[in-house]
Amino acid sequence: MTSAPEATDALTLSQVRISLAGRLLLSVDKTIRPGEVLTVMGPSGSGKSTLLAFAAGFLDPIFAVEGRVLLAGEDVTRRPAEARQMGLLFQDPLLFPHLSVAGNLLFGLRPGSSREARQDTVSAALAEVGLEGMEGRDPATLSGGQRARIALLRTLLSRPRALLLDEPFSKLDVALRDQMRRLVFDEAGKRNLPVLLVTHDRQDAEAAGGPVIELGGTSDE
Amino acid sequence: MGAALQSWPIIPTQQKLERPRSRLIAFPIAVLALLVLPVVAGLLGAALPAFGYLPVLGLEDFSLEPFVALVGAPGIGVSLALSLCAGLCTTTLAFLVVMGFVAAWHGTRVFRVFRRLIAPLLSVPHAAAAFGLAFLIAPSGLLMRALSPWPSGFARPPDWLIVHDPAGLAMTAGLVVKEIPFLFLMALAALPQVEAEPRLNMARALGYGRVAAFLFSVLPPLYAQLRLPIFAIIAYACSVVDVALILGPTTPAPLAVRILEWQADPDLSLRSLAAAGALAQFALASFAICLWLALEWLVARIGAKLMASGHRFRRDGLVRHLAGATMSLAAGLVLAGLATLALWSIAGFWAFPDIWPNALTFDTWRSVIATLGGPLDNALLIAGLSSVLAVVLALGALEYETRTGGTTTTRALVALYLPLLVPQIAFLFGLDMLLVSLRLDGWLLAVVLAHLVFVFPYVLLSLSQPWHALDPRYALIARSLGRSADAVFWRIRLPMLSRAIATATALGFAVSISLYLPTLLIGAGRWPTVTTEAVALSSGGDRRITAATALVQAFLPFLGFGLAAMLPALLFRRRAAMRAGG
Repeated sequence: MTSAPEATDALTLSQVRISLAGRLLLSVDKTIRPGEVLTVMGPSGSGKSTLLAFAAGFLDPIFAVEGRVLLAGEDVTRRPAEARQMGLLFQDPLLFPHLSVAGNLLFGLRPGSSREARQDTVSAALAEVGLEGMEGRDPATLSGGQRARIALLRTLLSRPRALLLDEPFSKLDVALRDQMRRLVFDEAGKRNLPVLLVTHDRQDAEAAGGPVIELGGTSDE
Repeated sequence: MGAALQSWPIIPTQQKLERPRSRLIAFPIAVLALLVLPVVAGLLGAALPAFGYLPVLGLEDFSLEPFVALVGAPGIGVSLALSLCAGLCTTTLAFLVVMGFVAAWHGTRVFRVFRRLIAPLLSVPHAAAAFGLAFLIAPSGLLMRALSPWPSGFARPPDWLIVHDPAGLAMTAGLVVKEIPFLFLMALAALPQVEAEPRLNMARALGYGRVAAFLFSVLPPLYAQLRLPIFAIIAYACSVVDVALILGPTTPAPLAVRILEWQADPDLSLRSLAAAGALAQFALASFAICLWLALEWLVARIGAKLMASGHRFRRDGLVRHLAGATMSLAAGLVLAGLATLALWSIAGFWAFPDIWPNALTFDTWRSVIATLGGPLDNALLIAGLSSVLAVVLALGALEYETRTGGTTTTRALVALYLPLLVPQIAFLFGLDMLLVSLRLDGWLLAVVLAHLVFVFPYVLLSLSQPWHALDPRYALIARSLGRSADAVFWRIRLPMLSRAIATATALGFAVSISLYLPTLLIGAGRWPTVTTEAVALSSGGDRRITAATALVQAFLPFLGFGLAAMLPALLFRRRAAMRAGG
């Protein structure tokens, strides 16, 4: 990436306890250091995506929550999602189908510079992941790997202070999966971002190399 | 939760996150007000004069005289019977045909063909379909011409009362062919929700015939979903005015037509009679729905016995073919009717029993184009305003629901159906009386708002399914990229749903175009549309002019749906996923 790595601080999940209808779903108390990946593992229904939604600011009010989310020591628990600067990636790239590749990236890019400068930033970002000249392409015409890379770029261009990953590699085929894992973790490392990774794939945890939390629970959700 | 979690302690105190509030709450409130207020105010507006209170005419003492007058009106028993019968027969027939067809043909190629036919059939207004049917089955109609002089032996049209028959058979037929596509659409929307496919497979694997498998395993949950639309059909069919004027009996006419006559009578003292009639119409529709509920209970009892008997009913060939034939007949009558209208609109001299006009001419169209300009503009204006207003309100209400995380409750759904469950004439009559006393009748805004009452439910029903089907993670991504909730609405949801929005607008437009009674009553004759003009021609108008006017009426909704299909394709011509309806 062309933009300089930003000084980011830790993402802290401080004494977080999430429960539903009086039953405790999960309880986490953990600080993710800059550049570190915390992997939360567990089968579906264990509440791992719930934790991610809480950190991102999307948790449904039917859940009862204790605890706080701190970013660089700042309490962001009550902040709306758009003011948290948490980059989000799902298992689907979810590129906006009505925008071009450049349109998707410009949508993510923070405002501030001139139109030309924004276009240049987008082009440079594309070139860096081997997708030069793709600006005008329709997302529907891209391969799965290309879409995944553009989704990552879109998130990074919004200058997040932490990354939240919800099984981001599970829908890619095996060869592509390794490649994307490396790309995502490298880019997060370069930027010194704390990463919260939620997955049920042990290989994701191994590739991430950081601490792992296992959640119990069976799937009746 | 699973076993591993059950050992977790139960927390005694919980801090709930606050449900976000939004100033968008104005939208659902406006919707509720615009849908419920006119109906309630209209019924009250009819109730006061019905009980003798009509200060405009100096009547200020409450009395039952209007009802006494209503009971004494000549032929009122026949009128009531006709309305009740039309309501229940239409609904029963449409229900049998649609359920029979779905049971017998679900998952086949024939089914897919009808699935595609449904949109054009639905978009034909009731009045145009009724005219088409009249031109087909009249003594001098196309069917009789096809049978004459051989084998019928007629050299002149027989002196039979087919259209306007005293038993209301033609009127019921006209209603049935239009309610079938409506009910079919409602069934199509509900089928995936009741998991029809796996249920059918399971029942057939147990050895049940196709029709029996459907009736025993899919119909019960499907029917629960179709109940409100069915009630709406009952209320509509037992109080219809435009179809009744075109095809229905005249001596005496069904109740709704007679109310309209009393209401329009220069003798103002008949107003209280009309008001009593409006209340009677409301009671009649309620009674019809109660009868239907009794029928429902009876059928459920019989069904439960049959299900417990274990009979497999594998020989259902006759039922299957009957269902296919009646469905085809219903669709065929509407389409053939339109073709007949088209032929009449360009016919020169056309003697009986010739099957084809002696000459073709555009004279009719020339005169229609010259005279129909005003009503056409009015129709486009009213339909355009009411459908756009309905879409704006629907989008606001849905966005409110999404932002606050609420869900549509059953209560809200009944409010949505309220204007469709109460007979139009029952509350429009009273609403008109109120507007007259406030001197607001005949205002464009009043007409548009009256249309909105009927347009909005369809627009919301059509929009809410694609709205809720949109992957919520798109919005989450956009929010985490730093975009506000407003930006998500304008830049993500709106463009991604452009196709659904265009379709909903076209549906609202089509509903508005087909409305007769609200335009006539609330418009106070100052806003004639193609629909009011066409229906007015039904009483002894020139055949060719009538045909051309009805065709224009039928063409407008079609035009709307055509534009709706083209617009997103043009806007997003370089985005494959948008063109494919994604």
